[in-house]
Amino acid sequence: MITSGKGGVGKTTTAAAFAAGLALRGHRTVVIDFDVGLRNLDLIMGCERRVVFDFINVINGDANLNQALIKDKRNDNLYIFPTSQTRDKDALKREGVDRVLEELKQQFDYIVCDSPAGIEHGAITALYFADSAIIVTNPEVSSVRDSDRIIGILASRSRRAERNEPPVELNLLLTRYDPVRVNKGEMLTVDDVKEILSIPLLGVIPESESVLRASNTGTPVAFDPESLAGRAYLDAVARFLGEQREMRFVKPERRNFFRVLFGRA
Amino acid sequence: MGLLNYLFPPHRHSAAIAKERLKIVLAHERAGRRAPDFLPKLQKELIEVVARYVEIREDMIRVNLGNSGETSLLEINIEIDGAKPRPIPPRGALAGAAPAAPPAKSG
Repeated sequence: MITSGKGGVGKTTTAAAFAAGLALRGHRTVVIDFDVGLRNLDLIMGCERRVVFDFINVINGDANLNQALIKDKRNDNLYIFPTSQTRDKDALKREGVDRVLEELKQQFDYIVCDSPAGIEHGAITALYFADSAIIVTNPEVSSVRDSDRIIGILASRSRRAERNEPPVELNLLLTRYDPVRVNKGEMLTVDDVKEILSIPLLGVIPESESVLRASNTGTPVAFDPESLAGRAYLDAVARFLGEQREMRFVKPERRNFFRVLFGRA
Repeated sequence: MGLLNYLFPPHRHSAAIAKERLKIVLAHERAGRRAPDFLPKLQKELIEVVARYVEIREDMIRVNLGNSGETSLLEINIEIDGAKPRPIPPRGALAGAAPAAPPAKSG
């Protein structure tokens, strides 16, 4: 489950990139949009014109799962499950979501859930079923505070907490990190955020022009091998799968003459 | 030195200020999250009892659960400075009147 509390920190970008990364590693992966009423994952994944049925249709039994799942055109392991644009925010019924997730578990190795911002119904429903959560945080006070709040809610209101099972696995993903500003003392450091939230660090995604370029074209940034953010996401996926990888992109990069010349960030 | 610091305040990076502010606000919020559910009710009932004797407002009483070393502390602070004492009812009336005493409404 990809969550953050605060909006605009990069949850959908992360959900798309993470799902793409898992698929690239050969895992059958589906990425689900939980943001009912504010569908956006389809745009980020570049499949907005292929949406026929959605999450709510499947929950209500108006369509079956395989009619709603959209197969990614770039990777055979990757599927997108779009949400509905309905204005009925409570349309995500817990029993229905549970049934759909159980059905997805039969077909997929990983189910990546893109949570809405906030702590309302949709966000709570998404986190309720989580086994593992990636807390997307920007090095900025309001984002860190909201992440702390979401961590507290995960500890008390998830299904695992309710059933006294082992807690939801927590991972910190620091996004929009700008090493140059960190060096100037203008931005919280990786260690500051780690110390304050005290959960394991999964990765640091540098602020990168390639993220906007990726969303403009509907390509998950992890599919762009040139981009620093894409490479940082692939590192984070590898760590998630249990590999040891050194943290990259946390120090200011020396400007490479050719890179500057050809303008690829 | 005081004058120098006044004229040229020592430069502090804004990230350091952010970290310090976050630590303080989160320590406060996390303590609130761990607080048992009965605290608000306890606070309300305490106000009712104290209000029988002095006129107090809700914000003059604070109930906290804290730690001091290894012991948990239930900390109750009641500020009555400036609060007006209520006239004590005659003994006979107290038993009957006390449970129905209205809670303090001012503020």
